[in-house]
Amino acid sequence: MTVTADFVDSSTPATETTRRGALNDDGTLLSVRDLAVTFGVRGQKEVRAVDEVSFDIRPGEHIGLVGESGSGKSVTSLAIMGLLPKRGVRTSGEVRYNDENILGWPPRKMSGIRGRDIAMVFQDPMTSLNPVVPIGIQITEVLRRHFELSKKDASARAGDLLVRVGIPDPKRRLGEYPHQLSGGMRQRMLIAIALACEPRLLIADEPTTALDVTIQAQILELLKELVADTGAALLMITHDLGVVAGLCDKVNVMYSGRIVESATRRVLFGNPRHPYTGGLLESVPRLDSPRGAPLKPIPGSPTNVLPWTRGCAFAPRCGNAVERCATDPPELRPDGDRELRCHNPLSADQRTEAVTP
Amino acid sequence: MTIPLPPSHGPVGGHTEAPVPGALEEDTRGLSLWRGAWQRLRRNPTAIAGALIVLAFVVIAIIAPLLTPYEPASTQWSGQVTPTDVPGPSEEHRLGLDRFGSDLYTQMLYGARQSLVYGVVSTIIGLTVGAFLGLLAGGLGGKVDTIIMRVVDIMLSIPSLLLAVSIAAVLGQNAYSVMIAIGVAQVPIFARLLRGSMLSQNKSDYVLAADALGIRKRKIIMGHVFPNSVGPTIVQATLNLATAIIEVAALSFLGLGDGDPAVAEWGRMLVAAQDRFDAAPQLALLPGTAIAITALGFTLLGEAMREALDPRTRR
Repeated sequence: MTVTADFVDSSTPATETTRRGALNDDGTLLSVRDLAVTFGVRGQKEVRAVDEVSFDIRPGEHIGLVGESGSGKSVTSLAIMGLLPKRGVRTSGEVRYNDENILGWPPRKMSGIRGRDIAMVFQDPMTSLNPVVPIGIQITEVLRRHFELSKKDASARAGDLLVRVGIPDPKRRLGEYPHQLSGGMRQRMLIAIALACEPRLLIADEPTTALDVTIQAQILELLKELVADTGAALLMITHDLGVVAGLCDKVNVMYSGRIVESATRRVLFGNPRHPYTGGLLESVPRLDSPRGAPLKPIPGSPTNVLPWTRGCAFAPRCGNAVERCATDPPELRPDGDRELRCHNPLSADQRTEAVTP
Repeated sequence: MTIPLPPSHGPVGGHTEAPVPGALEEDTRGLSLWRGAWQRLRRNPTAIAGALIVLAFVVIAIIAPLLTPYEPASTQWSGQVTPTDVPGPSEEHRLGLDRFGSDLYTQMLYGARQSLVYGVVSTIIGLTVGAFLGLLAGGLGGKVDTIIMRVVDIMLSIPSLLLAVSIAAVLGQNAYSVMIAIGVAQVPIFARLLRGSMLSQNKSDYVLAADALGIRKRKIIMGHVFPNSVGPTIVQATLNLATAIIEVAALSFLGLGDGDPAVAEWGRMLVAAQDRFDAAPQLALLPGTAIAITALGFTLLGEAMREALDPRTRR
């Protein structure tokens, strides 16, 4: 067995993340710099899905990437993993890992990192498992790919993993097929598979979106626990501010492919400065609001954007927009204890009441 | 927003504990995709009818020598056949004689044997070569895909029987050339079908998920994409058995079949029956019906399999 740390041993300190490979020079585990992704179809205008995205992930840290559909969250994660299709996609910028830029690595080289160092949990557990392959094989496959394990050792470890993610009777389960499990069980299974090799970074792309509300909380709790036990860093991609509030140390809010506000959870939730962040927080239904009070949505839809090259993409929907917003693209600038991309941020009395995470 | 759940309490009231919450009853019995399909097949009367016909055909083909005291090539009763009269059913010969003085019943039984061997072997040739090409094209993509599929397109543009006739004509009159001819004519169907379903599976989430785990490409193709794509190809193979049997008969009918006159073959029986159709129509009707029923059996079974494996009927 070349497995260095025992998965079941939960006494592993959360800070122990240097067990495999080194960190970047600046102490970060993964550092994204000026990431841009452009989709181009011949004969059509190119679409820049992600632009100027930069953030750092330190060992064991939980980072949130928040935004609505189409804001480029998932594309960012796929770009980090090197999973974007090769044709019609251009990426630029840097994804630093082990002091190397892994963006644009050839697939063969990249696949040695994927699953082993950086793993991913996908949104839809119903389609992310192969329907005709028994679950046991789908777990042992990744173990055997990255560690030199015998079949027997691999399935013993797979059994431990299932128990760890709260699936009883692992012996029986390993021989079963995905359709024999409920949605929540399947997501547990996917989490088990993703964490099988004890990755240093786990990317969770809306891991609870496809689940029943009652199951969502359980799965989040499980994720939190397992990530803490294995000491993995977590990049949580979600549109659900509640998920971020309960899980993340730092939050990046994306709009139309760019980060518009980036701060620690406390700063962001307690004192949102970007009108989009403020709008997102206000649109969340609250238990303490008066009965019958209407929700406050953000007007317009995400398709109603200005290209970032001309101004602020959020300007057409923004209550705080000033003339400058439509003519002068805002830059992401440090603003006190956060980074902010806005010409006219929310003032103190505009800010919503602190949402205590 | 997620709301913290109250601590879970055990089963309420008289409810018995379900092993998996939310799982259907059928699901807990340990069904794979194929076993589920098998269950649906067993409940389908069409499948049963098809299976019975196919089973009868296979059994007759295998035990043919036990069912008749005569040799298929024996023409010892040729003295009884006159230009105007072919003896009909009698005690000695259940279905009468053919125009060469052989026992028709024996010929029919051994004909099943011929058809089965020809049909199965040629379909296996077509399936193996076609699936291999489809796997290469669908798995590797790019230039390999383009080249293979253009060749397949060219083959598809020639009507399959014409292709088989040309190949049989080039290879000469023997059993192997018939099998190869019909097999080759089936290659493009299998190649296209497997490539097509592999391409659609390539885009599925579980392939992306496997890729995200660093699983090697070859393993993803062989272990994930291929098993999910073979269903339609296997169904097509069953359907193609029917076509192959008809095509074997057609090649014989056109005089391109196995040249050995000692071998009983339904297609050649049809040819031989032609000039005596007035005097002895049974000589044409019996082999003709046998071909039709066998082809029907395989088609019914194939269609039922297609239905059973169809993801839309899966629950």
